[in-house]
Amino acid sequence: MEKKRYLKSGEFLVEEIDAQNVFVPEEYDEEQQMIAQTCQDFLETEVHPRLDDLDKGDRELMKEILKKSGELGLMGISIPEEYGGFGQSFVTQMLAAETIGAGYSFSVAFMAHCGIGTLPIMYYGTEEQRQKYVTKLATGELLGAYCLTEPGAGSDANSGKSSATLSEDGKHYILNGQKMWITNAGFCDTQVVFAKIDNDRILSAFIVDSDMPGVVIGPDEHKMGIKGSSTAQIYYNDVKVPIENLLGQRGEGFRIALSILHMGRMKLGANVIGAAKMAITDSVRYANERKQFCVHIATFGAIQHKLAEMVIRTFAHESAIYRVSKDIDDLMERFKGTEGCDIGRGAIDAISHYAVEDAILKVYGSEMLDYVADEAVQIHGGMGYSAEMNVERGYRDSRINRIFEGTNEINRLLVVDTAMKRSMKGDYDLFGKARELFGQLESLGDDSRDGETYFQEKTRVIKNIKKVILLAMHVASDTFGRKLVREQEVMNNIADMISELYIAESLALRVEKIEPLKGEEAAVYKDMLDVFVFDTVNKARKWAMDAIYSSVPADEAARIIAAVNTLTNVKGLNVKEARRRIAAKIIADNKYRF
Amino acid sequence: MNILVCISNVPDTTTKVKFADDNKKLDIAGIQWVINPWDELSLTRALELKDVASSEVAKVSVAHVGPATSEPTIRKALAIGADDAYRVNTEATDAMQVAAELAEVVKSGSFDIILCGIESSDYNGANVGGMLAEFLDYTSVSGISALNVSGGEINVTREIDGGKEQLVVKAPFVGIVQKGIAKEPRIAAMRGIMLARKKPIQVSEPKQAESATALLGFEAPPPRAACKFIDADNPKQLISLLQNEAKVI
Repeated sequence: MEKKRYLKSGEFLVEEIDAQNVFVPEEYDEEQQMIAQTCQDFLETEVHPRLDDLDKGDRELMKEILKKSGELGLMGISIPEEYGGFGQSFVTQMLAAETIGAGYSFSVAFMAHCGIGTLPIMYYGTEEQRQKYVTKLATGELLGAYCLTEPGAGSDANSGKSSATLSEDGKHYILNGQKMWITNAGFCDTQVVFAKIDNDRILSAFIVDSDMPGVVIGPDEHKMGIKGSSTAQIYYNDVKVPIENLLGQRGEGFRIALSILHMGRMKLGANVIGAAKMAITDSVRYANERKQFCVHIATFGAIQHKLAEMVIRTFAHESAIYRVSKDIDDLMERFKGTEGCDIGRGAIDAISHYAVEDAILKVYGSEMLDYVADEAVQIHGGMGYSAEMNVERGYRDSRINRIFEGTNEINRLLVVDTAMKRSMKGDYDLFGKARELFGQLESLGDDSRDGETYFQEKTRVIKNIKKVILLAMHVASDTFGRKLVREQEVMNNIADMISELYIAESLALRVEKIEPLKGEEAAVYKDMLDVFVFDTVNKARKWAMDAIYSSVPADEAARIIAAVNTLTNVKGLNVKEARRRIAAKIIADNKYRF
Repeated sequence: MNILVCISNVPDTTTKVKFADDNKKLDIAGIQWVINPWDELSLTRALELKDVASSEVAKVSVAHVGPATSEPTIRKALAIGADDAYRVNTEATDAMQVAAELAEVVKSGSFDIILCGIESSDYNGANVGGMLAEFLDYTSVSGISALNVSGGEINVTREIDGGKEQLVVKAPFVGIVQKGIAKEPRIAAMRGIMLARKKPIQVSEPKQAESATALLGFEAPPPRAACKFIDADNPKQLISLLQNEAKVI
């Protein structure tokens, strides 16, 4: 076995890693499974029976359920034991986030509290701030919110107008401003609020108690979905915030905001898995019960295609989520070994390091769930459009995931931009390798050889997709230079290639690792890998063409496209039969059990 | 007062049952194992009795007959709140063998109330509780839907035909419990899960109790027949099918 290796964020574009070096969900230990079961039991007992009441916007009910989850210890999973939590690994945090993800609006309220409402103080707070706030947020005694967005400052978060001025006696910051789309606004006790001190260029962050005079919370917004979560505007009118409530350093707020978004994106990536598995189980149960033309609709090829594709995308995304989660745990461990490393800063620095991956997983995960939720409605037919069914709620609730925690448009740009910046910083060499490839354009082959094993073939195809990405990046950056970031369509093409590649590679590594454990069942996992890689390579060819033709004239593009065609030349696959075999398993199991 | 709850390790109730080895074995591939729901409710009630202020229950233990692979289920019981656990290291084969092995656990400790679920959700034999009481020569009360301990007195309510019966029982006794004894099973709290790591599971080798039965095989129910559509204008065909094929009229 290869010695344990660590890849830096984005390094997967130019390096390969052995399957034995990645973590897979099949390796959860007994305690992790028990924690997931507790989250599941909590949803089934406290949340699912009350979804209709929650969706009527009952703030008190949501508050009550959140408090109960705190009593059970669920709010302390990510918090170190010295601050009243249970100090669980990042993998466990993500597994809990995944399970809670099947909680509809509750999931949003819970994750906002545990994540963006609590962790900024855990990661950036002083010892006093942590003792005062985090110990109570970890148990649900206090409920938290995160206040960044303003009417004029959404994706461009640093452009906010909220201001803070030091009082004459130097004891307070006088906070003024308006925040909007604040999750948990209706009942939160504490808020992490971003504002600029004395017209600074960069934001600062403050801990604000909701009962401080001058804090005014507006009525809840009427939303398309996640109706049970309280979302409102908050106004700050000369709020006197004690100077000891400045979070981090003056001017550090924007960095805090961005780092916390990295964490939020990762956790969103886990949340969507729980929601997707639930929608898939609802769908297959319906398909196994509903009869048309005297047979169950699960026997129809069109329905089987949907079920299989829902499963493949969910399973593939899950593979990537836990691969990077363990990478983060490993990095946290290495940071902990550094002298003077603060427990909070070490954790957020490890999460933020994987910025390319979190943007990928946020985009892919939210779009995966949108696909799954949409097909779940379709499988239910007319019933899927009825508010009686959970899939109708799931469809509406899913949509926000593409918008919050940084829109998917912003995140697609970040995928490419961050990878290129890390390369320029010297973490790895994208451009050198790309130049090298470009220099051998005419001699590039698909590198296939006789007698290669199943997994060798998959690794080769994935490696060829990496080459296609590097070629497209080279052409685009050569043409547009520093202005590439303004060519958002091209950036999107490259981002989509990178994202699907990362998911495909993670799936391949997982299937390779679990093959010996699965016995006869391994075949169905290989079917998933076959279909996913086949689709990825074909999509990559199209995206590469779009990026290249959008960057250089057609005659100049021809020889590059020829190389892309060579690199994306793969064996044919009977995708219909492969998907039918996957569908057969879920139809027999009558639930998502992969 | 010490309570021992006997727990069985059963497939999750949503499991699609399949057989292996020419229908002689349950196919356990992919099965999620859980505490038998009746046993879980018994445990919940035992813990409720222990958790009240000035409780007369000092300790709640669990006992299980099964191999090491069932330890996750035992650990779940510890996470829910049981203080310690006993596992007899052998495959459970039938009610007689399980009851005989459990009797050894009871004799090895000091227990006042022994609780068994009325049946297990896998084989639904509903035999272990009664057999256990016989092996121990203890009083047994079946169909218990309420259990209270107060002033050293044990009060139980049992479901009988058309009503309920309330009894005072002397310890030690075997209580055979049905649903209703507790509202909902407890959810393992994070603290409980962390503590469960450190709680002891005492493993003992079996006394090699004999089974009273030998398994010949399983048989799945026949698949449902396809539905037949009959024209609304043809009631005669309907009657004929009901008479001759379905034989229900």
